[in-house]
Amino acid sequence: MVLTLFLIITFTFFLVQAQPGDYASFYVLNPDLPPEVKDEIRAAFGLDKPAWQQYVIHLKNTFTGNLGVSFGNFPRPVLDVLAERVPRTLVLFLTATAVSFYIGFFLGKAIAWRRGGLFEYAATISGAMLFTAFTPAFALMMIWVFAFRLGWFPVGKFLDPLVWRGADVSANYVFGNMLLSAAAFITFALLVMLCLKRFGRRVPSVAAVPIVLGGALVIMAAWALSGIGGLALDIVKHMVLPVATLTLISFAGTMLLTRNSMLETIREDYVMAARAKGLPDKQVRDRHAARNAMLPIVTSLVYSLIFAIDGSVIIESVFSWPGTGLTLLQAVRSEDLPLVMGAMLFIGMLSLLAHVIVDVLYVYLDPRIRYQ
Amino acid sequence: MNTPGPVSPIPTPEFGVEPGRGRVRFVLVRLRLMWRSFRNGWGIFMESRMGRVSLFTIITFALMAAAHPILMAFVWDPATYDPVTGYSFDQVEQPAPPSWKHLLGTDPLGRDVLSQLLYSTRSEFVLGITAALVTVGIATFVGAVAAYYGRLVDSFFMRLADLIIALPAISLLIVLSALFHLNLFYLALIIGVLGGFGGTAIILKSQALSIKVKPFIEAARVAGGGHFHIIFVHIIPHLLPLALLYMMFTVTSAIFAEAVLSFLGLLDLRMSWGIMIHTANTGGYLLGGTRYWWLIVPAGASITLLCSAFYLAGRALDEVVNPRLRRRND
Repeated sequence: MVLTLFLIITFTFFLVQAQPGDYASFYVLNPDLPPEVKDEIRAAFGLDKPAWQQYVIHLKNTFTGNLGVSFGNFPRPVLDVLAERVPRTLVLFLTATAVSFYIGFFLGKAIAWRRGGLFEYAATISGAMLFTAFTPAFALMMIWVFAFRLGWFPVGKFLDPLVWRGADVSANYVFGNMLLSAAAFITFALLVMLCLKRFGRRVPSVAAVPIVLGGALVIMAAWALSGIGGLALDIVKHMVLPVATLTLISFAGTMLLTRNSMLETIREDYVMAARAKGLPDKQVRDRHAARNAMLPIVTSLVYSLIFAIDGSVIIESVFSWPGTGLTLLQAVRSEDLPLVMGAMLFIGMLSLLAHVIVDVLYVYLDPRIRYQ
Repeated sequence: MNTPGPVSPIPTPEFGVEPGRGRVRFVLVRLRLMWRSFRNGWGIFMESRMGRVSLFTIITFALMAAAHPILMAFVWDPATYDPVTGYSFDQVEQPAPPSWKHLLGTDPLGRDVLSQLLYSTRSEFVLGITAALVTVGIATFVGAVAAYYGRLVDSFFMRLADLIIALPAISLLIVLSALFHLNLFYLALIIGVLGGFGGTAIILKSQALSIKVKPFIEAARVAGGGHFHIIFVHIIPHLLPLALLYMMFTVTSAIFAEAVLSFLGLLDLRMSWGIMIHTANTGGYLLGGTRYWWLIVPAGASITLLCSAFYLAGRALDEVVNPRLRRRND
């Protein structure tokens, strides 16, 4: 894990070394500068030292959180820019992945169970189309239909300046609070589930629904009373369309895989045994078949997470959603090298995190796997 | 059929055949066997509807790609129809809707959309197939070597593959396009190398592992075959069907990556489907919706169609390579 992170940092460093030009060329290319000044600028960037020394300094700076100063957003350091952008990407990415994984798994389960119907045919074809659809064109189509024609959602961006004109709080403050309440809500929902499980089977699992909904209502009421609820609603409105698009393009992969995996599991003896015992159809499907079919899907969750990271880069650029992906793209276009490196580092860390999460899930799902 | 055993470097005089002629017969028999398995596989491939549809789509696109130079040489006037520098002088307003002269209309810069579409088809094929060949070449070799030698070689290549899978490819390509000038060839090479050392290598390695324990490998070793002889003559030919399958998937991802990057305007290409959408988008014609449909629908549909055709061809090939997936007549 740490080793991989180290390798990614090394890789990005040598990538910069290998390319024509260096950090200083952003300033040095100005023809009005005399050569002494150019040398001075290069020395200020530490480019007069040998490569290995530069590498050591680079490593030290990266691990102490000093990613340099962004050229494009000058005096702001890269870390500051990213600290603002990363949560926005995370929200987009996590919501879409969770929803698409759930929908994909649910649909895949259903179409494998009722094989050969019209529904399966339609789901497979549309899934394959969505999976291979050209993401930017698809995203633009979504904008055209839902934002332009129907006018349900805003066209893009993070917030609407007209709503925010008189606001005395910053967007980051509101967004931070939104994140906090979302985290609180998820923790609450998980706790409720856990408690119900602890109390055993006497309480039907449907009982969880009103409790969780009540929690959601309390949080919403708190927002409505706080006076900045309108601002939060504005951000949520801007979020719906990107999340929906990302969900639509990434659920198909999970769905097709679940279908294949389920088809193999259904042939197993224990499924037949469960049926022969007279268990209800739904229980056989969910407890016996789907649970075991889940392992290969979780393995491929890494791929679909990476797919979603790439997808979120594209979608951020189409929707002008100010997250890491858009930052990366803008930095690339304006040759803002420190910011490019920083954003790439964060995207790499995000995918590493995905790996770790999948590993943990794996242990939870398959009790036979143990890490020492 | 008397299939000759593996060729050993030691001549075998007791059969009374000099090595030269035996070699020819060996090759002939092998070719006949290959032809037969190819015919078998072809039958299974054509049986599935996915296979037929995808093959038809791919051939249509290949014909389109082949048609462009012919049309440019004999039918179309380069001054009007060149995909990059042409200009249609007939219309007052650009982009012009489809007409008999320009079957798919013209783009905001007055260039013929059909000509652009056909011209790009060729470069997509070149890109996809180059990337696929590079991927499969590297992945087959890495997979075979890693499975054959095991231990340190194996764990080195597998950790490398894990690392590459962990990198989001599109983001990495965006960064690379900032640092280097990416043209079609470099792009194909980079996608190929990433795929070849990445996921494809893992899959081919696991297949190679199951081949490595088969008796004929042991026989070849007993007959005195060297490491490289065994890897190249005995392991790699058995990997090729699976490698062909992953070629199809690589083509899909290569075309997709190219389209995304040129949509973002980061590539150094003359013309491609992604660039066509990029031109329409930066001109602000996309929110015109159906009014300017010819600017986005042909290119967008081509990307989706060709990508899904290669993907479906891969799925159909999967049924050929992987007998467990075949649908029984029940």
